[in-house]
Amino acid sequence: MTARTGARIKGGVGESTYRSDGIPKVDGTFIYSSDMYMDRMLWGATLRSPHPRARITKLDIGPALAMTGVHAVLTDDDVPGRKTYGLEHPDQPVLGSESVEYWGQPIAVVAADDPEIARRAVDAIDVEYEVLTPLTDPIEAERLDSVFKRQRCRRGAEKRRGMVAVEGYYEVGMQDQAPLGPESGLAVPDGGGGVDLHIATQWTHIDHEQIVACLGLADDQVRIHHSGVGGAFGAREDVSLQIHLCLLALHTGRPVKMVYSRSESFVGHVHRHPALLWYRHEADADGVLRRVEARIVLDGGAFHSTSSSVLSNAVYHAAGPYRCDSVSVEGVAVKTNNPPCGAMRGFGAVQSCFGYEAQMDKLADAIGMDRIEFRIRNALQRGDPLATTGQVIETSMPAVELLERVRGMPLPEEGASEDPRLLPGGTGLTTPGASVRRGVGYALGLKNLCFSEGFDDYSEARVCITPFGVEVHTAAVEVGQGLGMILTQIARTVLGIEDVVVYYDDTSKIGSAGGTSASRQTQMTGGAVLEAAKMAREIALTRGNGDELDDAGVWRGGELVTPMSELVGGKPIEYHIRFHHPPTEQPDENGQGNLHVDFAVAVHRAVVDVDQELGLFRVVQIDTVQDVGFMINPRSVVGQIEGGVMQGVGLATLEEIVIEKGVIKNPTFTDYLLPTFLDAPRIEVQVVEERGAFGPFGAKGVGEPPTVSSTAAVVAAIRDATGLELNRTPVRPEHVALAPVQAGRHP
Amino acid sequence: MEVIRPADIQEAAAALAENPGAVPLAGGTDLMVEVNFGHIRPSAVITLRRVEEIQELSRRRIGAGVTFRDLETGDHRALAQLARTIGSPQIRAAGTIGGNIGTASPAGDSLPFLAGLDARIELRSAARGARLVPWDEFFIGVKQTSKRPDELITAVLLPEDLPDRQEFAKIGQRSAMVISIVAACVFRWRGGRTRVALGSVGPTPIRCRRAEDMISNERNPGESALDEFARIVSEEVRPITDHRGTEDYRRHSSGVLARRLLERCLAS
Repeated sequence: MTARTGARIKGGVGESTYRSDGIPKVDGTFIYSSDMYMDRMLWGATLRSPHPRARITKLDIGPALAMTGVHAVLTDDDVPGRKTYGLEHPDQPVLGSESVEYWGQPIAVVAADDPEIARRAVDAIDVEYEVLTPLTDPIEAERLDSVFKRQRCRRGAEKRRGMVAVEGYYEVGMQDQAPLGPESGLAVPDGGGGVDLHIATQWTHIDHEQIVACLGLADDQVRIHHSGVGGAFGAREDVSLQIHLCLLALHTGRPVKMVYSRSESFVGHVHRHPALLWYRHEADADGVLRRVEARIVLDGGAFHSTSSSVLSNAVYHAAGPYRCDSVSVEGVAVKTNNPPCGAMRGFGAVQSCFGYEAQMDKLADAIGMDRIEFRIRNALQRGDPLATTGQVIETSMPAVELLERVRGMPLPEEGASEDPRLLPGGTGLTTPGASVRRGVGYALGLKNLCFSEGFDDYSEARVCITPFGVEVHTAAVEVGQGLGMILTQIARTVLGIEDVVVYYDDTSKIGSAGGTSASRQTQMTGGAVLEAAKMAREIALTRGNGDELDDAGVWRGGELVTPMSELVGGKPIEYHIRFHHPPTEQPDENGQGNLHVDFAVAVHRAVVDVDQELGLFRVVQIDTVQDVGFMINPRSVVGQIEGGVMQGVGLATLEEIVIEKGVIKNPTFTDYLLPTFLDAPRIEVQVVEERGAFGPFGAKGVGEPPTVSSTAAVVAAIRDATGLELNRTPVRPEHVALAPVQAGRHP
Repeated sequence: MEVIRPADIQEAAAALAENPGAVPLAGGTDLMVEVNFGHIRPSAVITLRRVEEIQELSRRRIGAGVTFRDLETGDHRALAQLARTIGSPQIRAAGTIGGNIGTASPAGDSLPFLAGLDARIELRSAARGARLVPWDEFFIGVKQTSKRPDELITAVLLPEDLPDRQEFAKIGQRSAMVISIVAACVFRWRGGRTRVALGSVGPTPIRCRRAEDMISNERNPGESALDEFARIVSEEVRPITDHRGTEDYRRHSSGVLARRLLERCLAS
């Protein structure tokens, strides 16, 4: 089958087209889920536990219900169907009844005439607790067998040892996805016992599955509509206010809207798992990696969410993109009374990378080998088995090329900046240029793409050629990454028709597209649109009796034989497809098998200026090379890489949810610090376009890899500047200023 | 909620006397945070934007309603430096020095400047008129001041004998728009007199008087005197550990920062 190439159509693949939501998002006219409004709508609010662990001894909603303007106060008793929900294991109560297991857990929801009355009604609910001691130490939790999952990977002979060994212990703090759009939605009762929910989410169909179960309704009584999403990064994979909104709307018979405050958002979604990691790496004196041992403990918090999958991912990625024939990794995800953790960009691979890349530096130094050279010697290549799972890599794996390319990228000019704002300490004017030392650090990261471990990963799409242009229908969620534009470009290139509009259908109109997660939508929904568009084109050519298709109609031998009006005037051409990626396997008892469908690698070089005496630092530059398969939209790829790098820089330098005895101490943007533009380094991006095994035009997902290794690179650079061990991220000023200096600083 | 809009300072003071539950509102950058978190629910606000007397800015008198945006380009170098570190441009355009003083947060960025210069706070009530309170009698605890409920903050008065050199620096974990972990001001007069004040290292701004005495006697302090100065500053501060920083780090960096600022004074 011959498809038209991008060169022949405006706005096709390979072009940096502009996205239709771009200007509205900049000028403020874009409708986010928090902007929705309906006449007669009520406002919802949530009563949350002020304790990380307690028994509820009294819950009297009477005083709240008695208030003027309050229309409903609902508790666990009002949940008609299954009382619990969860992405992989339904263990989380829709509303806590007998006990609460984390700080901020929902107990009751209110609908009232306005948000202020709703908040006051929440305060009026009479609730008493017997406060219990929370379990907050993950090691203690493991000892008590409070465990969500254990996962191991064992491969090769244990006795295969290297001459040189290094060990390390590493910690990763709890990062928040911090999407700028807080959780929000609008539920509208349909008058017949069903409900329409308009919601910012990452996967409408998996929300639907959980919502109908808890509401006790039939599938066709609930419709989930994708509404304007203000960022996600994993925070919207789990249900937050979806079920609450539907309950309130069905109970009151009126539309109900809810928007979390910024502080509420910090307890309203799951976070990146904090991790404790122990590593032992062994190599021969000539630099060949011989053995990797690791133990990984992830704190899953109070409820399961995706802890099992995040743990598996951390374990499978524990050795990184390096060859090694002898591996033993033991991982555990524990259940505590800390805030629940789940999906965040990188999904377990970030935590492992922080450990294995520190180890690779240590091991190179111990051998006396250049750090990049050591990585190149051991880097995974096509045809090698993945060190942990043994899966032979049959897709592109350009790790060596990435390392060679990044080594050749120019370093920034020597010497501290003349602009004091661009020195460590920034506008605080703490640091004279003479107090600055510069460090350089490298990290190479690996990320699986799409869903793994035997999961039936598919996406549905429908392509229609109509007299008014092409319609692409999907339930995939556009979270701000630019999916609609990608789908448009693919459809244009395949069909030769420029006039393409993407429709985000609700759950009743089309089947699942899978989640906007795992860097998968370009490959999966993009793949579905590619295949559906190819079929639609074939139908058009047959029906129009020609060999070419464009906006005008069907052509044969350079002449228009069937104008578009004639081609589809009577009946549009429509093709619907369910696209699957090649199947994967579940792991055996040693974590072995062909568990993943595809991988991408990225390398980062960080240049960081450090004021060691005050423990302040500024990331000057990040140079990165990423394996992207093929760039359907180059500007968008660079945007994803820049954003992903910044999220990694944030985890290295600033971003951590501080928890004391189960309570979040910094649930605001005043104290949960995200990098500002002044903290943003110059980012130089290069890509390697070695076509992937599947996915449209060989494209690979690009969202997660930039976040996997950028954190490790920044911390490596701070180590390089200071000679400190720095085994924890984010690095805090006191870790640098007050740490004892280690011997053997890297030259 | 009632909104009272006085036209001048007399009306404002009278409104406050007549409405004991009323809260003065200037930039609102602290007040609205308290309201949004439900910590306070004022029955009335008294808006101060139209009160011209508190907007005046001269070399020795800074009206309480002067915004940090205006102070960013003002006469006093350290005050301009600290103003630039406060919040975002939007916050600086709204937030006032009077609000910063009234909130009396240990991390209030203007407080070390006032402490180091022995500034006096001008307060006014309808019943008793104006009075001047020295900074160390005004700031009495974490977010606590000696201002009486019927008093408005109207201005800050600086002494006649202003220093020849002044420098400010603030440690925060990011490059801008951050609450201080440690903030410091150092003032030096020809002849050696030196004043050192720090913020975020005690319940109120801290003056390091032993360090001042020690270094004021050094006309051209050498390395050992500077080291000794830093050491004494670190001894004199009274920091705590919180989610922004540890006691040890604050103590250590107080000395480092004070020494660097003194070096800047000596070099400039």
